[in-house]
Amino acid sequence: MMRRAPVGYGLLAALALLAAPLAHAIAPTRMPTPELQARYERLIHNFRCMQCQDESLANSPVSLAADMRRQIRQMLLAGDSDAQIRHFFVSRYGYFILFKPPFVLKTAWLWLAPGVLLVTGAVSAAWVIRRRAALVTNDDNDEGEALDEGLERPGKQR
Amino acid sequence: MIPELGQFALILAVLLAGLQAIFGIAGPALGRERWTAAVIPAVAGQFVMVATSMGCLMAAFIGSDFSVAYVAENSNSSLPLFYRIAGVWGAHSGSLLLWIFLLACWTVAVAIGTQRLPRPFAARVLGVLGTISLGFLLYTLLTSNPFLRLDPPWADGQGLNPILQDPGLAVHPPVLYTGYVGLSVAFAFAGAALLEGRLDREWARWTRPWTTTAWAFLTCGIALGSWWAYYTLGWGGFWFWDPVENASFMPWLMGTALIHSLAVTEKRGLFKSWTLLLAVLGFSLSLIGTFLVRSGVLISVHSFVASPGRGEFILTFLVIMIGAALSLYAWRAPKMQSEAGFELSARESFLLFNNILLVTACGTIFAGEMAPIISTALGLGKLSVGPPYFNPTFLVSMLPLLALVPLGMHARWKRGGLGGRGRTLLLALGAAALIGCAVAFGAFTGAGVLSPVGMTLGAWIILSSLIDPIDRLRRRIAIPRAVLGMTIAHIGLGIFVFSMTAVQAFTAEQDVALTTGMSARDGGYTFQFQGIGPDHGPNYGGMKAKMVVTRDGAPVAVMYPAKRTYWVQHMVTTHSAIVIHRGSNILVALGQDLGDGRWSFRLQVRPLVLYIWIGALIMAAGGMIAISDRRYRLEDARETQAAGALAPGGPGS
Repeated sequence: MMRRAPVGYGLLAALALLAAPLAHAIAPTRMPTPELQARYERLIHNFRCMQCQDESLANSPVSLAADMRRQIRQMLLAGDSDAQIRHFFVSRYGYFILFKPPFVLKTAWLWLAPGVLLVTGAVSAAWVIRRRAALVTNDDNDEGEALDEGLERPGKQR
Repeated sequence: MIPELGQFALILAVLLAGLQAIFGIAGPALGRERWTAAVIPAVAGQFVMVATSMGCLMAAFIGSDFSVAYVAENSNSSLPLFYRIAGVWGAHSGSLLLWIFLLACWTVAVAIGTQRLPRPFAARVLGVLGTISLGFLLYTLLTSNPFLRLDPPWADGQGLNPILQDPGLAVHPPVLYTGYVGLSVAFAFAGAALLEGRLDREWARWTRPWTTTAWAFLTCGIALGSWWAYYTLGWGGFWFWDPVENASFMPWLMGTALIHSLAVTEKRGLFKSWTLLLAVLGFSLSLIGTFLVRSGVLISVHSFVASPGRGEFILTFLVIMIGAALSLYAWRAPKMQSEAGFELSARESFLLFNNILLVTACGTIFAGEMAPIISTALGLGKLSVGPPYFNPTFLVSMLPLLALVPLGMHARWKRGGLGGRGRTLLLALGAAALIGCAVAFGAFTGAGVLSPVGMTLGAWIILSSLIDPIDRLRRRIAIPRAVLGMTIAHIGLGIFVFSMTAVQAFTAEQDVALTTGMSARDGGYTFQFQGIGPDHGPNYGGMKAKMVVTRDGAPVAVMYPAKRTYWVQHMVTTHSAIVIHRGSNILVALGQDLGDGRWSFRLQVRPLVLYIWIGALIMAAGGMIAISDRRYRLEDARETQAAGALAPGGPGS
C-alpha cells in the first residue's frame, strides 16, 4: 500500500549521518501491458536493495539494483510468475531480500504475534468486564447522571 | 573559553541533578522536610546550568568556533545563521544536550505546576525527573561530550548534513523531543505514585494535563517529520515504516492509550495499575527507541556509525530505570485495587477496548521492529520486515478501534448504554457509508475493497463527534472544554483516516522520461517539460527544471522541481515542486539526465494528502483544548486548602 522510501524521517533523523546517497533513481520503465506494469511495480517495491540501508529496488540508485530491476523485467516478459521471480531472488540472496517476511517455521511467530496479542487482549477484556459487571450493583459510590454530563462538580473524590 | 564554560556548567548540572534525585526521593521517604524543600533550588540550579551549557554550544555554533570538534563536524562558515543554530541538534552529542535541556524546561514547568500539590508528592515527581536527567547528563559527559576541542583547530567545518538544511527539519527535532521528554513527566508522576504507594483519582487529574501536553507535542512532531519526508525526499510518501519512524510511533501509541486510560482513572478510580503500567511502558519505549537508533543494531538509513560504548550505556540505563520501575510496580500495584464496577456497554469497556487495541498495535510494530534482531541473534538468518508486514497487521487492530470510536464517545459511564443516541449514531453511520461509497466509487476511480470501509469509518467518526456538541448547542448547555477538546481531537482523527484512505486509493503516479517540449499526462493533468537550467544558493548549486501544468487546456501552475548539490559534502538532494489544486497535491520530482536531452521525472497527483497532516494537527489542538478545562485549575485552588489534610503516605482509595 505505502511506498518504501530511501529515507524515512524519524525520531532522530536530525542526527542521522546518512550513508545512503540522496540522489534517487527515477528510472522510467514501460512494460507492454498495464497488468505487467502493475506486477513490475509491486515486485520492485517489495524487494530490498542489497547494498543500501533500507531502500527498495524501486528507489535504489546503485547499479546492482538497476541490474536486478532489469532481471525482473526480463523474467516478467519471459512469462515467469511472481512466485518464480521471488524464488529466483530468495535462492540467491536469502529471505533478507524480501520486505515481506515469508510464513515459514522460523518466522511464523512474527506473523502469529498480532493475532496472539489480540486474542490475549480480548480474553483479558472479557475477564475484566465480567468481574466489573458483577460489582455494579453493590457499588454504593453511585454518582448517577453526573458522570455523563461532563459538568459534574469538581472535587468529588474517593 | 566559552566551550570550557559550557563543559563546566554541564558538570555542575550533573551534581545538581544528583542532589535533585536524592532530595526528591529520600526526603519524603525519610520524612526530612528540609531535604524535601531543597528539591526546588536544585531544580532551578540545574536548569540554569543546563541552559548555560546549551547557550555555550549555541554560541560556539553562531561564532563558527571550529576548534570545537562537534562544531567543526556539523557546521561551516558558509552556512546561513538559521542552520548554524539548528546545527546544534544536527548530530548525536548536541541532540542529547537538547534532550537534557528540554527535560530541564519540563522539570521547571512541573515544579511550578505542582506548587499547590502536597509537598512530598511534588518532591517525588521532581526526584524521579532528576534521576532521568542524571542518567542523560552522565551519558553525554562520558560518551558524547559536545565540547571536546580539536588541536589544531580546523580552518573550516565539514558543514551540516544537507537533508537537515530545511526549515521543516530544523524545527522537527525540538518539537518531537518535547513530546518524547514529556513522556518522562508521565513516568515521573507514575514513579511518585509508586514510591508513595498511593494512587487515587486526584493523582490522575494532576497527571492528565502533563500527559496530554506531551502527547500533543509528540503528535505534532511526528506530523512535522512526515510532512518533511513528503516534500524533501522526492518520493511523495508520508509514512514508510522505517525503523526510526517506528521508534517514535510506538511511544505515541502508548501515549494515546495512556491518555484514554487516565480518563477512566480520573472519572471512576479504575484501571489504576494499568495506567501506571502504560506510563512505565511509554517511557521505556522512548528509551528503547533511543537505544535502538543509537546502537546501530537496526538497519536504517538513520542509524549511526555503530558505537558500542554508547549502546551499552543506554542499555544499562534502560535496565536500571525500567527494572526499578517494574519492581516497584510489582510490589505496589496489587494493593491499588478498586471495587468500582461497570457494565459491558459502559464507556469504561470501550476505553478498555481502546487500550487493548492500541497496545496490540504497538506490540505488533514492536515485533516487526525486533524481528530482524531476534532472527539474527538466534541464528535463524537475516530477515527484513517492511510495509508488506506492517500495513496489514496494523490494520488488524486499527479497523476495530476506529469502528468503536463513535460508540465509545457516546457510551455512558458505569451503567452503560448509548443514552438514547443509538438511532442518531445509526443514522450517522448510514450517512457516512453514503459519503464513503460516493467518494470511493464516484469521485475517483480505482478504489480497492478497503477504501469505502476506511472512508466510511472516517466520516462516521467525524459525524458522530458532532452529535454531542450540536445537542448541547440546541439545548443551550455550555460545552466544557474537556468535551470540546475530545470532540475536536476525534474529528481530527476522522479527517486523518478519511484522507489517508483517499491517498492510498487514488494516488496517480508515474515515472516518465521527457525531452524539452514534450508532455506527459498523469491524474488528469498535463505536464509539459519546458527546459532545465542551473540553480544556485548560498552553499549549493544544482539544476532546476521548468514544468508547466495544465488541466483540460486551462493553466494550473508552473513548477520548478530541482536537484541541489551541496558543495561542502558533495551531496545531492531532491527538492520536489508541490502545488495544491482542488484539494489534490501535485508533486513533480526531478530525476536524472538520461542522455540525449532526456530527463526523468516522477509525476504524482495525491488527493487530500494535505489533510493527513491537518488531521494530525487538529488532534493535537484538541488535546490542548481539553487540558484547558476549568477543573484542572479549580482543583488546584481547592487543593491549597486541602493540602494539610493530605498527609504523606495517607490511606489510599
